Amino acid sequence: MKRFLGFVKKEFLHIFRDVRTMIILFGIPAAQILLFGFVVSTDLKNAQVAFLDLSRDEMTQKISDKICSSGFFRRGETLLNFDDVDKALRGNKIKAVIVFEKNFGRKLISEGEADISIIADGSEPNMATLTTNYLTAIIADFNRELAGTSAAATMLIQPEVRMFYNPSLKGQFMFVPGVITLIMILICALMTSITITREKEFGTMEVLLVSPLKPIQIILGKVIPYFMLSFVDVIMILLLSWLVFGLPVKGSLILLLAESMLYILMSLSIGILISTVSSNMQQAILISLVGMMLPSVLLSGFIFPIENMPEVYGWISAILPPRYFIVIIKNIMIKGTGFLFVWKETLILMVFTAVAIGLSIKNFKIRLQ
Amino acid sequence: MKKVVESSGLCKRFGGTEALKSISFGVNENEIFGFIGPDGAGKTTLFRIITTLLLPDEGELKVLGLDCKTGFKELRRNIGYMPGRFSLYQDLSVEENLSFYATVFGTTVKENYDLISDIYSHIEPFKKRLAGKLSGGMKQKLALSCALIHKPALLVLDEPTTGVDAVSRSEFWEMLRKLRHHNITIIVSTPYMDEAMRCDRVALIQEGQILSVDRPETIRDGFSRKLFSIKAPEKHKLINALRSCPGISSVYPFGDSVHVTFKDDNFDNAIYEYLENSGISDVSISETRAGIEDRFLELMGTHLH
Repeated sequence: MKRFLGFVKKEFLHIFRDVRTMIILFGIPAAQILLFGFVVSTDLKNAQVAFLDLSRDEMTQKISDKICSSGFFRRGETLLNFDDVDKALRGNKIKAVIVFEKNFGRKLISEGEADISIIADGSEPNMATLTTNYLTAIIADFNRELAGTSAAATMLIQPEVRMFYNPSLKGQFMFVPGVITLIMILICALMTSITITREKEFGTMEVLLVSPLKPIQIILGKVIPYFMLSFVDVIMILLLSWLVFGLPVKGSLILLLAESMLYILMSLSIGILISTVSSNMQQAILISLVGMMLPSVLLSGFIFPIENMPEVYGWISAILPPRYFIVIIKNIMIKGTGFLFVWKETLILMVFTAVAIGLSIKNFKIRLQ
Repeated sequence: MKKVVESSGLCKRFGGTEALKSISFGVNENEIFGFIGPDGAGKTTLFRIITTLLLPDEGELKVLGLDCKTGFKELRRNIGYMPGRFSLYQDLSVEENLSFYATVFGTTVKENYDLISDIYSHIEPFKKRLAGKLSGGMKQKLALSCALIHKPALLVLDEPTTGVDAVSRSEFWEMLRKLRHHNITIIVSTPYMDEAMRCDRVALIQEGQILSVDRPETIRDGFSRKLFSIKAPEKHKLINALRSCPGISSVYPFGDSVHVTFKDDNFDNAIYEYLENSGISDVSISETRAGIEDRFLELMGTHLH
């Protein structure tokens, strides 16, 4: 036991002495969470729109005021003719141009209808869709108000949409679970595989093997420090997302932490497995990044929904552990469901862990090759 | 005398290449046993088999009375091993490295301090320094301290003096000699011929085969020819001239002179004339005693032909 503790102490010294390791352990998760939270936000805020008003009456004034006071849009330049539309969009600052036809207000009152056109910048498809959706909604709202005040109110069926669990459709709700999932597999798999292959590369493994340390002691000694620090990471990410983005944990915190521990353990055992099959650090890094990180980002359902993937990718994603953890963590954090709803995914993660540990112990060589 | 290591017919192959071809030797208790040979001779492979890091393909090997295949757990407790690359943690301090190896082997620095005090006292003033920042000589002393800290019965040192300055090398051998008072048998490999003289017995090894095992003096005496040392200011020119001289059978550079043997061991005065004609002046020739290197080169020659 004393031997083992000595080994664990040495691992902690390695970690705390190496600035790069500390940055990967604590700097990257914090940076990721903030980055994803703020920058990769899909919410619309203060997008600039330009107006080409060929009518210039009370009605067009009202509509443009409504658009610009919504908080989603900001008034950009005022255009004078159609030739300016192209120029405005090319400038990249203007996300959309709103064009009112001639005699807009008069036509609307006398004929009951008038034309508005929205010209969006299609070179950014997501932004364009978002912008036009928001603009259409605002104009529809104006329509309803107008209909309500006038006597000739037509019967309108208005669907009332409510978003459960994430009423304001905040992007962070989506990203925080995803980032936790990815960061954990990055830190755990990458770091443990590096730390073991480093011993091989520096020749210290030779002496460790000649020592009376058992393989299980070497493996556990490598795992325990990273297990503890990764757990600190999870708590740090949860705290950050709660304090900065106001993202609450709806379900049981204890259950969430317990599931995180399982996931960390599984990622660590995959890291060890990687280290037993790679003979140097480059190889370990390559396998961790290309073999684990990339498919996890693309196929775990973090960014692209699994349901929309071609069938083959769906099968590949079935063997990626992050896919299951994302389901678990979203359920617990956002929907607030209990263990009964995630037991299947939990069981799958347990199987992954057991297989990885079993293979690692079997692959761990008590001799050199 | 009790044998600490006994090997017979040891073979090891890596893919198609034979690293060891039927190696047999014995190491006595309490001796310093040296393996001398060029790079790639198979020294490291042999040491890895002795330290249970590799399994032999064929042959028997008993270390400390235990079979190297079945007794590896017990053996690993009693062997001190210093690999060719100093196995130190560069980001740990001198002190931390030493106490780590002590705990891993289930002991403390205090317990066996007397064993390493001679060596460790040289680096103790720097005990807070990171191992990566030590000089080659200090790294070597620390690695030796780490390998000794659990008082092993057998110490295996793989090229411990490679890349270390001459003064440290000399100090290092002094330390090894002192260790014999502690009942520690030492197996050491080196590419330096001059270090061979400091071993009790040496094995000359080349291409996976042992050419000769004996006391260094006896190996020197095994040189079968009359050896002459020739000196001239232009050494390079001298060697070329000697190599093409018909009466000479072998030419090897040795320090600032050239060692040659004559066909039928007859020193021929015509050599002076021959060298003069070749444009080499100020030649001095004297008979000399063969060094271990001469014997090694002779053995290699007979072995290859």
